[in-house]
Amino acid sequence: MPIAVLLATLIGLTVAGYYMGRSRAVAVGGHGTRHLNSLPSYYGLYVAAWCGIPAVSIVVLWLALEPEIIRALLVATLPDVAGTWSDGTMALMLNDIRNLAGGNIVSRDVDPELRTAAEYYAFLRNTGFAAMAVVALAIAAGGLTYGRRAIHPDLRARNRVEGVLMVFLIISSTVAILVTIGIVLSLLFEAIRFFQRVSPVEFLFGLEWSPQTALRADQVGSSGKFGSIPLLMGTALISFIAMCVAVPVGLLSAIYMAEYAPPRVRSAVKPALEILAGIPTVVYGFFAALTMAPFLRDWGSQIGLSISSESALAAGLVMGIMIIPFISSISDDVITAVPQSMREGSLGLGATKSETIRRVIIPAALPGIVGGVLLAVSRAIGETMIVVMAAGLAANLTVNPLQAVTTVTVQIVTLLVGDQEFDSAKTLAAFALGLVLFFVTLVLNIVALTVVKKYREQYE
Amino acid sequence: MDEAMTGMNEEVGLSFGADDSEPLGQTPGSASGAETPAKFVSRGVDVFYGAKQALFSIDIDIMPNEVTALIGPSGCGKSTFLRCLNRMNDIIDGCRFSGSIVLDGEDIYARAIDVVHLRARVGMVFQKPNPFPKSVYENVAYGPRIHGLASSTADMDEVVRTSLERAGLWEEVKDRLHEPGTGLSGGQQQRLCIARAIAVEPEVILMDEPCSALDPIATARIEELIDELRTNYTIVIVTHNVQQAARVSQRTAFFHLGKLIEFGDTDQIFTNPRAERTRDYITGRFG
Amino acid sequence: MSNAASPAAAAPRLAAAPTPTSVRVKASLTRRYRAERRFRAYGIVAILVALGFLVLLFSSIIGNGYSAFWQASLRLDITLDATAIDPDGTRDPDTLATADYAGLIREALSKRFPGVSGRDARRKLFGLVSQGGTYDLARMVSADPGLIGRTISVWLPLSDDADMLIKGHIPRDVAEAERRVSDQEIVWLDELAAKGDVEKKFNVRFFTNGDSREPELAGIWGATVGSLLTMLVTIAISFPLGVASAVYLEEFARKNRWTDLIEVNINNLAAVPSIVFGLLGLAVFLNFFGLPRSAPLVGGLVLAIMTLPTIIIAGRAALTSVPPSIREAAYGLGASPVQAVFHHVLPLAMPGMLTGAIIGMARALGETAPLLMIGMVAFIVDIPHGFRDPATVLPVQVYLWADSPERAFVEKTSAAIMVLLAFLIVMNAAAVYLRKKFEVRW
Repeated sequence: MPIAVLLATLIGLTVAGYYMGRSRAVAVGGHGTRHLNSLPSYYGLYVAAWCGIPAVSIVVLWLALEPEIIRALLVATLPDVAGTWSDGTMALMLNDIRNLAGGNIVSRDVDPELRTAAEYYAFLRNTGFAAMAVVALAIAAGGLTYGRRAIHPDLRARNRVEGVLMVFLIISSTVAILVTIGIVLSLLFEAIRFFQRVSPVEFLFGLEWSPQTALRADQVGSSGKFGSIPLLMGTALISFIAMCVAVPVGLLSAIYMAEYAPPRVRSAVKPALEILAGIPTVVYGFFAALTMAPFLRDWGSQIGLSISSESALAAGLVMGIMIIPFISSISDDVITAVPQSMREGSLGLGATKSETIRRVIIPAALPGIVGGVLLAVSRAIGETMIVVMAAGLAANLTVNPLQAVTTVTVQIVTLLVGDQEFDSAKTLAAFALGLVLFFVTLVLNIVALTVVKKYREQYE
Repeated sequence: MDEAMTGMNEEVGLSFGADDSEPLGQTPGSASGAETPAKFVSRGVDVFYGAKQALFSIDIDIMPNEVTALIGPSGCGKSTFLRCLNRMNDIIDGCRFSGSIVLDGEDIYARAIDVVHLRARVGMVFQKPNPFPKSVYENVAYGPRIHGLASSTADMDEVVRTSLERAGLWEEVKDRLHEPGTGLSGGQQQRLCIARAIAVEPEVILMDEPCSALDPIATARIEELIDELRTNYTIVIVTHNVQQAARVSQRTAFFHLGKLIEFGDTDQIFTNPRAERTRDYITGRFG
Repeated sequence: MSNAASPAAAAPRLAAAPTPTSVRVKASLTRRYRAERRFRAYGIVAILVALGFLVLLFSSIIGNGYSAFWQASLRLDITLDATAIDPDGTRDPDTLATADYAGLIREALSKRFPGVSGRDARRKLFGLVSQGGTYDLARMVSADPGLIGRTISVWLPLSDDADMLIKGHIPRDVAEAERRVSDQEIVWLDELAAKGDVEKKFNVRFFTNGDSREPELAGIWGATVGSLLTMLVTIAISFPLGVASAVYLEEFARKNRWTDLIEVNINNLAAVPSIVFGLLGLAVFLNFFGLPRSAPLVGGLVLAIMTLPTIIIAGRAALTSVPPSIREAAYGLGASPVQAVFHHVLPLAMPGMLTGAIIGMARALGETAPLLMIGMVAFIVDIPHGFRDPATVLPVQVYLWADSPERAFVEKTSAAIMVLLAFLIVMNAAAVYLRKKFEVRW
């Protein structure tokens, strides 16, 4: 791993820079360090910063841009026929070249032209890396020298170092924004490509979803159907079932915990519910598929109901279990935030505890509870593993919980898992679905957070 | 009537020496004369919060249709005692009670006594106005509704109207009965809480520093109201404000460090306190 | 209200003379206390339902999974014939590793059941022993070539169907056509078991192997290493960024539109469905930057982005809980704001930040959906050695096995879940311990 060696060298240089800077500062400062503007270690950090930061930035920049640069250089040398290739063919070709250069294809006979290209590719990579390494080391050495020479008793090393640190902090804090922009742009970009093939009207209002695009143009049903309504309905149905389980159970247990439970019970039950919250969703999915669905199916056949083994009911029930702790912890917070004076006011009038809870505390906590439920809904909509494992793939447009339905997240997973060429309407549809999912949950979250915030302010 | 009783109390009170551990003034049993029985008779009331004792052997008789003021510095136990009278201390974890408090001949700490029933008879108004986040109307209707005191909507309207009238709030809120009670001013909110308490038709109203969160004008309004309410209800008021006790009450109890130091006619307590500490407190030397 | 008109009427009220209120309240009490008890019961039922689900979940997983830690094995006397293993006597490692050990096992089985003849019956007989037996023999012989020519008695793993039968997961009382083990095989196995030659041994393979198509050979080591590598990337990226971000927002940033925007952003990112982060990873890291598919590097990056909000929020909470007096004391000694934060505030907030980070990591460790998007769902036999190697992680392994039709994978899946949950419990316990240990020190 030459890259590791390079990075280790750079780090070594940086550390060396720190010690050189520090000793230089002591030397420059003369008797003791009283004449220095800052502590010697700041001078060390100053030199280290000059040495390490630019060089490492170069390495990172190269690593990020290398594939693009090399691809461009490689494409330029490919035979002229390459100009007529479609994007997909080109991608396949490049992939072959890359694998060949990496030594991953050994058995197959390869086209000599491809082999030449692969050799050229390997050559480009090696040269590029060597050039980058030389540049990075040179910059590090240059920075080291510059930094060391700049040391002077009047140099405000501390302020400079703190400035650098502050820049790092500011950059870190903008990462959250960059991520959001990244999400929006990547979803939007791919979704727009999707909408160039499938009309948004069909996508948003179409009643039929069957994304199988044909391999050959003359195949039957080659176009595929991309109406998302069945998926949205399926998502809504499963989320609704989940809420029917989670809201009463979560809310009532929160009420009991907050208002009735003696401290001992509370301190035992709360962590138990938190365990429920910490279980990975894939475990719930497995539970739904292995235990819940067969149980429901057998039970249904006993009482003469035909329940699909991938029924919305099984997935929804298990999702509801997953959401119980979420609802109960938010409701618990919200209920305990209702001022004690409300309880006293009601009890002082001779109300019983349950009358106080039902007529005063719950109405007072309602906005907070509603906010929490909205957050839970957004979580249910975005939940993936349970539905992937327990709900079906068939896009039935139904509200019957005993039948199989599919959801937005299930379809995203099915469309993208496995080997597919990336540019088909099929894979792009996943991004369009992702965009819908992102915006729906975003709106729910913003509304919920605003409601909860308003509620908190009311009692602060 | 008040004067006659005060006289009697004074006489008996004098028989007690200057022993600091015994309250001065009215003595146990003295007030429960044959023709005017005390509303509340408290004997040997001790209250503990966990291991800490908050009240030490409190003996007080509270007379009907009078305003009894409980005064004393912060943490002296006056609010604790007030909350014993309708068992509001029950809801505090680790609070223990011993002794007896008798309301109209019934020990309210007896097993047979139901707190819900007790609190319906002994209403309470709190330090900070705490209207429920409901409309003005619903706030007042809350008590009658849970207790099933109004048999029809018209009945309920009537209860709400009279309660608000008696709390002196009707004129101010009659046009916005269905707006949230939390939208009223502080003083109005406190009067709303008083209206809410009297809507249940209690026999006693406990007030825990009802004016401490209010401005002087609102305070004056509430004090007037307390005086008016005395004709129908027995009122016990805890106050931080010595002048307020002097203005509104007929009888005053001075608490210090969980003990009842002196209890007697308000005029006497303020003009001629028997205990040194009472004198120091009402003249503002401590507390 | 009856006494409202005349104050005089109320004054000499006799002791315990009931008022209308008193009477009516008393009348309502029975009904109200019944409602009270009912309401309380709802709460208890709700909690019992939630806890019941928890118990059901655990008992279903443990009940299905505990048997995976044992593997039914068969004792065979195998003659390590030198002519079959190393005809030229070179002891060349390659020769030793690739010799026909399967043939030796077949021979030993034939010797054991001399009466078995016919292609079908023999195939069934040989099918009892897992492929893994040949690997075991190869490893033994490679490690000690001196064994060649001797006859050794070894325990070899049985195939998954035989294993399931012995563990009782395949019912014996159904028609032969409806079960995967034939009557003949049952007879053989019972005979072997009667002689003490079939035993359940601790399943070391489960902890040391990578994935496999053969359930009895499939292990979680590959996925565990994948998870470890992924988590390393995640923590290396999200912890410094998260802490830096929290420090900036809480200690240095001025309150303005920009920081408000960042704050709203963080809160919303914390609630974005995880699969969306997978889409981001697919579009940006794989398609734009051309990073390798299925690699822990990319998985770690995606999970780092996903955990970042959690760490920032926990970090800010930890910083707010440090009292301002600490900062003021540092300023009073002439420290710069940066020094005050990095020398005094940050060390005090560190336990809280670590707790948040561990909880974030625990969540990331159990996360599956975004990793499916970036191809960590491939079938990978090899143990990954680097951040760019194709790998899978524990929860994805669970997903993959859950999808496999073999009955034996059900117990593997459950066992893998138990291992995953054990990791999570350890992490959460660490977080709780940290929180308890460093709870409010001022």
